[in-house]
Amino acid sequence: MIRFATSIALALLALWAGVSNASAMTIEQIVSPSGIHAWLVREHSVPLIALNYAFHGGSTQDDPLRAGTAHFTADMLDEGAGDIDSKTYHAKLEERAIEMTFNASRDYFRGSLRMLTENRDEAFDLLGLALTKPRFDVDALERVRGQELAELRRETTNPNELSSRSWWSTAFPGHPYGRDSNGTLETMPRITADDMRSYVHRVFARKELTISIVGDVDAETAGKLIDRAFGGLPADNDLKPVPSIKPSNLGRRIVIDVNVPQAVVTFGGEGVARNDPDFMAAYIVNHILGGGGFSSRLYREVREKRGLAYGVSDQLVWFRRAAVVIGGTATRADRTADALKVIESEIKRMAESGPTPAELDEAKAFIKGSYALSLDSSSKIAAQLTQIQIDDLGVDYVQRRSALIDAVSIEDAKRVAKRLYGGGLLVTVAGRPAGLSSGTE
Amino acid sequence: MNLNRDVFIAAAIITLAVGATPVFAVDDTSAKASHFTLPNGLELVVIPDHRAPVVTHMIWYKVGAADETAGKSGIAHFLEHLMFKGTAKHPAGEFSQVVSRIGGQENAFTSSDYTAFFQRVPSEQLKTVMDFEADRMTGLQLSDEVVLPERDVILEEQNQRVRNNPPARLGEQIDAALFLNSPYGKPVIGWRHEMEGLTRDDAIGFYRRFYGPNDAIVVVAGDVEPQAALKLAEETYGKVERHNAIAPRNRPQEPPPVAVRSLTLADPRVEEPQMQRDYLVPSFMTAQKGESEALEVLAHILGSGSNSRLYTALVVDQKVAVSAGSWYDSTAIDMSKFDVFGVPRQGVSLQQLEAAIDAVIAQVIDKGVTPEELTRSKTKLIADAVYAHDNQASMARWYGAALATGATVSDVDHWPDRIRAVTAEQVQQAARQWLDKRRSVTGYLIKDTSPQAEKRS
Repeated sequence: MIRFATSIALALLALWAGVSNASAMTIEQIVSPSGIHAWLVREHSVPLIALNYAFHGGSTQDDPLRAGTAHFTADMLDEGAGDIDSKTYHAKLEERAIEMTFNASRDYFRGSLRMLTENRDEAFDLLGLALTKPRFDVDALERVRGQELAELRRETTNPNELSSRSWWSTAFPGHPYGRDSNGTLETMPRITADDMRSYVHRVFARKELTISIVGDVDAETAGKLIDRAFGGLPADNDLKPVPSIKPSNLGRRIVIDVNVPQAVVTFGGEGVARNDPDFMAAYIVNHILGGGGFSSRLYREVREKRGLAYGVSDQLVWFRRAAVVIGGTATRADRTADALKVIESEIKRMAESGPTPAELDEAKAFIKGSYALSLDSSSKIAAQLTQIQIDDLGVDYVQRRSALIDAVSIEDAKRVAKRLYGGGLLVTVAGRPAGLSSGTE
Repeated sequence: MNLNRDVFIAAAIITLAVGATPVFAVDDTSAKASHFTLPNGLELVVIPDHRAPVVTHMIWYKVGAADETAGKSGIAHFLEHLMFKGTAKHPAGEFSQVVSRIGGQENAFTSSDYTAFFQRVPSEQLKTVMDFEADRMTGLQLSDEVVLPERDVILEEQNQRVRNNPPARLGEQIDAALFLNSPYGKPVIGWRHEMEGLTRDDAIGFYRRFYGPNDAIVVVAGDVEPQAALKLAEETYGKVERHNAIAPRNRPQEPPPVAVRSLTLADPRVEEPQMQRDYLVPSFMTAQKGESEALEVLAHILGSGSNSRLYTALVVDQKVAVSAGSWYDSTAIDMSKFDVFGVPRQGVSLQQLEAAIDAVIAQVIDKGVTPEELTRSKTKLIADAVYAHDNQASMARWYGAALATGATVSDVDHWPDRIRAVTAEQVQQAARQWLDKRRSVTGYLIKDTSPQAEKRS
C-alpha cells in the first residue's frame, strides 16, 4: 500500500543518526543451501535482523504505454499472497512487527525486511510468498491504483515534481531513463494484474539477485532464511536490454508555468559512470561545489552570502547505462534569475579552475570520516552492502575506499572538474520567475 | 536540496516519536542512560553504545517558539540559524569547518518547546565539539551583515515549507484556530509579516534571555563511558556561568474548549481535497497517569497503517477515501493535539468523508477496541522501541526531547512498561473523553476555482 504524507509531512523525517564503524565491519560472503549468494554482517547486540536485496530490472522494463508497472507492482506486493488476502497479510506483518518495503527504481527492484530475531522464520516466509505468489486481487489493485492516481494528480501542481519530471524527460527523451518510475495519469489506468504478473515473472529470479543481511544471525541460519524467501524463484530472468545514453538538450532552459510564490529550479548535465576511473575525483569535486555540508561553494554563495534560498545542492546520479550530475534550489520568483546566475557562475568557475588544494584536502577528510556515520543502523548497512554489490565494487571496497579517496590529486580534481561541469547544463524552472523564459543559451 | 540545516517540521515527528517509541523493550540489552547535573545547572544524559567509535552529541535548550514575545514570532527558529554565525573566539564558519574536517555531521532544529543542535563525530573528538558548543552558549556575536541575508534564508524556508505547500498552510490555520490561548497556535517558523521585521537585536535579546547552562540538556549517545563524558562536560560546559535570570516557562493555558470549530482553506493548487481534524488533548506532561499512553494506543489502533480502523473502514471497505489515519503528539509541555485526517476518493465529498470518519470514531467510543487490536498495537509500538535502539542518534533524540519538555530519564526508560499496562477500557475511555468534537477544529482543504485565485496566490 501507499501511505500519503498528508497534513503531517511525515515524509520529511530527516534521519541524521549514526553508528557503526564502517571499516571495522566484517563482511562474510555466504551461500545458501540452494546456492544463493549473499553478504552477511553479524551484529548481535540488538535482537533484530535487517535484509536488503535487489533484482535487476526496474522501471526500465515498463512498456512505455504502461509506464509505472514496476512501481505499481512494488506497491501491490504486500497486498496479499498465496492463500493470504490483503487484510490478513497486513495483520500478520503487524502482529509480529515485521517491516517490509518494496521499491522500483529505474534499474532495480529493491526490497527490505526488518524483524525481531524471534520472528525471522515468519518474516522470510511472508516475503517468499510475496515474491513468488503475489495475488493482485482486483479489490486491492483498484484501491492502490486510486492512491497512485491521487498522488499523480497532486503532483500536477507541485513545482518540485514539475521541475524534476521536465528535467528527466528533456534530458532523456524517448529513453526509459526519461520516464518517471511512478508512471503518469495516462499510463496508470491501463496497467492490469497480468502486466504485473508478467513483470514479476520476468524480473524476480535468482540470476542477478543481490542480497545483504545484517544483524543478530549466524551464517548457517542466514543461508536457511535466504532459501525460505528466495529459494522458490526461477533461475533466470528475462530482461529487455537498455541502451546507453547521454543526457541531451544541455544548454537549454525550460520554464514551466505554475502559480507558486517560490520557483523550483533543477539543473544538471552529464555525470560520471560509477565504474569510471574518474568517479571518485568527480565525487569529491561535486562535494566541494554543492554536495553537502554547510561549506560547499553553492551553499556559501547562494544561501549564506545572498540569502537567495534555504537549500541548494547537487549530486552525482548514476545508472547502469547513463550518468548525470543534477542539483536544485528553490527561490523567490523575483530573484530566481539572480540565483541561477550565481549557480551558473560557480559551475563555470569550478569547470575552469577546479577546487583549491585546501578545499580538496578538507573534502577528502570529510568524505573519509563521515562514511561510518552514514551507516547508522543495521538497515542502512544492509542497503549500503546491496549498493556496493550492484555497483560491483568488491567485498573489500569498505577497506579500500579511503585509499581511493587519497589517490585523487589536485590535477585529477581540476581535470575532472572541467569534464564534469564544462559540458553545459539543462535547466528547468517551475514557477513564475521574473525575467526568465524558456530558451537556448 | 537535502541540505536543510534545520528540520523543525521533523521536530514535530521527533515529538511524535518520543511518545510513540522511546526506548527499550528489551530488558537485558545495553546500558541504561546515566543522568547528571553540573553545579551550574546543566543536565547531562549519557547513553553508552560501543558498537562503533562514534558519538552523537546534542545540546537541547529548553526554549522554543512557544516562548517568544508576542509580535516576534519566528525568533526562536531564526536564532537557531544565527547560532552558526560565530563567536569572539571562533569566527563564523569555523565550528562547521572543524566538524566537517573530522568527518562529522551536524544540524539543528526548533520546535515549539525546544531548540537543539547536534554533531556526530568520532568519539575522540567529543571534547572538541563540547568546547565549541560551550563557547557559543554565551559567546555568540552577530552583525547586520550576517543577520540580514539569514533573514532572507528563513523567508525562503517559509516559502518552501508553507507558502508552496497547501497542506502545510491548512495545518497552520488549524493550529491557530485550535489553540485559543496557548502559544502553540503560532507556527514555529513564524508568521511571515513578523519574520520580515525580525532584527539582530531581537535575536540577541532572545539569546540573552534563554541561553545558559541551567536551561540546557546535553545528551551524548555512543562510544563513551558516563564518567568520562561527565569529566569532559565539566571541563567544557562546567566553566560556563549559571544564568540567574531565566524565567520558568509558565505559558498561558487553554481554557476548556466549548465550540465545534471548522474552517475551509481554498488554494488554486489543490488537486486532491483533504480534511484534517485536530482535537485538544493532554500531552504526557499534562495527562493523568496512563492517559497519554492510552491516547498513543488509541492513535495507533484508530489510524496507524493499513490495519487501522480508519484505513480498513474508509479505504478498504467503504472505499470513500484514498488515505486516512490518525496521529497523536504526546511530547509537549502544555496541552497537545490528536490529529485525524483523510483524502476522499474522487466523487466523494469532504462532508461524506467526515461523516464516515465520525462513524468510525463513534464506534470506538461506543464499542471500544478488540483484544486483538490492543495486543497488535502494543506489540508494534514496543517493537519500534527495539528497532530504535539500533540507532544511537534516535536514542539521543528521544531522551533529549523528553527531558526538554519536562519528563525524566525514568519516564523514558519505563515507557514500554506503561504501554504494556494500557487496557482496552482505558483506550475506550480516552476516545470518549478526548475525541469530543467540541474540543476540535476541522479543516477542509479545497481547490480555489475563483477567477481571482490565479492572481492572488
